[in-house]
Amino acid sequence: MKTLLKPAAALGLAAFVAAVGQSKAEAADLTLCWAAWDPANALVELSKDFEKQSGITMKFEFVPWPNFADRMLNEMNSGGKLCDLLIGDSQWIGGAAENGNYVKLNDFFDKEGIKMSDFAPATVYAYSTWPKGTPNYWALPAMGDANGWFYRKDWFARPELQAEFKAKYNRDLSVPKTWDELKQVAEFFQGRDIDGKKVYGAAIFTERASEGITMGATSALYSFGFKYETEPGSYRMEGAVNSDDAVKGLEFYKSLYKCCTPPGYTDSYMGEGLDAFKSGQVAMMMNWFAFMPGMYKDEKVGGEHVGFFVNPAQKVAASTLGGQGISVVANTDNMDGALAYIKWFAQPDVQKKWWSLGGYSCLNAVLNDPSFKDSQPFAGQFLEAMAGVQDFWQEPAYASLLQAMQKRLHDYVVADQGTAKEALDKLIVDWTETFKEEGKINN
Amino acid sequence: MTMASTEEGTLRRITAPARTRRIRGLSDKAIAWAFIAPTMVLLLAINIFPLIWTIYLSFTNYQANRPNRPITYVGTKWYRDILGSPDVWAAMQATAHFVFWTILLQTLIGFGLAYLIDRKFRGHAFWTTIILVPMMLSPAVVGNFWKFLYQPQIGLFNSIVSFFTGIEPSSFEMLGSVNLSPWSIIIVDTWMWTPYVMLICLAGLRSIPDYIYEAAEVDRASLWRQFWSITLPMALPFIMLAVLFRGIENFKMFDMVNLLTGGGPGSTTEVASITLKREAFEKWRTGYSSAFAIILFVAVFGLANIYVKALNRVKQR
Repeated sequence: MKTLLKPAAALGLAAFVAAVGQSKAEAADLTLCWAAWDPANALVELSKDFEKQSGITMKFEFVPWPNFADRMLNEMNSGGKLCDLLIGDSQWIGGAAENGNYVKLNDFFDKEGIKMSDFAPATVYAYSTWPKGTPNYWALPAMGDANGWFYRKDWFARPELQAEFKAKYNRDLSVPKTWDELKQVAEFFQGRDIDGKKVYGAAIFTERASEGITMGATSALYSFGFKYETEPGSYRMEGAVNSDDAVKGLEFYKSLYKCCTPPGYTDSYMGEGLDAFKSGQVAMMMNWFAFMPGMYKDEKVGGEHVGFFVNPAQKVAASTLGGQGISVVANTDNMDGALAYIKWFAQPDVQKKWWSLGGYSCLNAVLNDPSFKDSQPFAGQFLEAMAGVQDFWQEPAYASLLQAMQKRLHDYVVADQGTAKEALDKLIVDWTETFKEEGKINN
Repeated sequence: MTMASTEEGTLRRITAPARTRRIRGLSDKAIAWAFIAPTMVLLLAINIFPLIWTIYLSFTNYQANRPNRPITYVGTKWYRDILGSPDVWAAMQATAHFVFWTILLQTLIGFGLAYLIDRKFRGHAFWTTIILVPMMLSPAVVGNFWKFLYQPQIGLFNSIVSFFTGIEPSSFEMLGSVNLSPWSIIIVDTWMWTPYVMLICLAGLRSIPDYIYEAAEVDRASLWRQFWSITLPMALPFIMLAVLFRGIENFKMFDMVNLLTGGGPGSTTEVASITLKREAFEKWRTGYSSAFAIILFVAVFGLANIYVKALNRVKQR
């Protein structure tokens, strides 16, 4: 027995030492969590500079968009230690701040001389502050984004299509400036034969489960004059959410869906849109600016084949906000490393490189640079879009608010249930119920 | 071997357990408890405790994604909200539609197939195996596979319909249409689970003794008469059992619906389990969803109990 005990004890000791060593090594690493998409690859490339400078090994956890919110919110709420840094969606910030999932960064920013005035105001408001608009910062604006449009520049340029379009609509076939123009272009291409293949007008967002149809429909709603409240912060929605402008916007989105999308396009979001565009199925695609660098590089439909335009105006110029800020997860075992990464990421040189690799910097020094506008074929449109972005509720109860809107919009737009007015009226009832539960509206 | 040693051996065999009992100090009852205790603990931990906890949560405003929020008692508010919600009743209606049609189709086709297979024609074993293949597949595989089949532009299903009817394949959408999407799920569920019903019915048919049919033939009973007076009544308890299993299973159907339509378009195919999932894991209304889960549990439990009583009555007849 004694002969067995000695090697066993030695083995146990070795295992303990190895485990301690490993946990120390892991503590020195940093894990950054984000969605799995094109900009994430750019960030991996960018972060190699941080690894060289700091000696800290970067690890990445990228989750596909449809599961991103569930996966990350579960991780934080269960007290998980997977992520040291999280590039979380703008709508999470209220909940993450109130639940203590993010570290408040004000003191750190003051200490390191990081000024929020150096970043685009819309991005600071949307990605960093909670309560909204107050100088309480929970994230550094990391990835500016908005919903924009991609179009087949090569198809638009065809002389025979130009001539036919002009004869039909008495104007040039060009980038649409209003939603009415966009619908005309979409109708023009719908069912058309191009190079022996049947093509369709536009790929728009209709996804039901996560946030797709809300992000898509609000692109039209904001332009038509939709507002969440009659006065900001009042939670008075009657007359704003279901205003005549809002009703018109929603009716328009449905008419666009009915007239001009490919068959079977009943539950589609970013991925389905990209597939439709890349396979040469649609003339136009609604999608996030984040995908523009990748699309421009695409061998088949990139380069001279593709063009980009900002979300069309109708009553007002407006775009649905995307994008995220980078936050330090309160549960991290490597707080110093995580803060060091934020400090490094906020530097103008790093931000400039971030933009050049395909990320969308929010730093004024990058955006206001005279060369920025011409640096990429979508840079000017990005600036234009960010000047008029509007975002969904960023309340702690955003998940309930979002799911209510998903249901009401999908029921009306895709499933033909009721009228636009009824859908928006029901949405007010749902949201009122949620805000009552939250104590934001008196019972 | 001598007589003495045999007696000694017998004595040893008899006294050994008694000695063991004395040494370990455990009575028969204690040993029985020791054997069932792990199962009991597991049952308590995995079934009973979560059930009690769910009942508790159903009376609170608890939200799993907001652990720092104070938990307050809301009484029976969630139960009243659920039972008075038109959306919940729409989901229950969608569930009832799905359960009714899948059970009807699966029972008719399943029993028909079992009846044919029971004839023991040439190659019946081979065909039995082929028919059983769908139920051996994973629902995730079946869901994704049928999603491709239903694709309006390249899907095989639309092409076959087009071939027989001349309708343009991309002119209709099985999963995206309000009218067709409930049927698209019913078709898939029927395709997958009819073999299961067939197996149970086949067991019922094979349990009918041949001499009953021989006696009927002696009495010159027609095949039709034999079917109505012998086959169906004697196979009925098995058919009812299959209906019970499929009914419970389809009442809580989630995976197939989630994969095929996700409850859409709109809320057309939003069965109760999808509503529950949305409330619990998308809206994070844990208290509300707990109350909903309890209501569903009581409904399934109550209906199943009534059904089992009916089944017992049929068996006794």
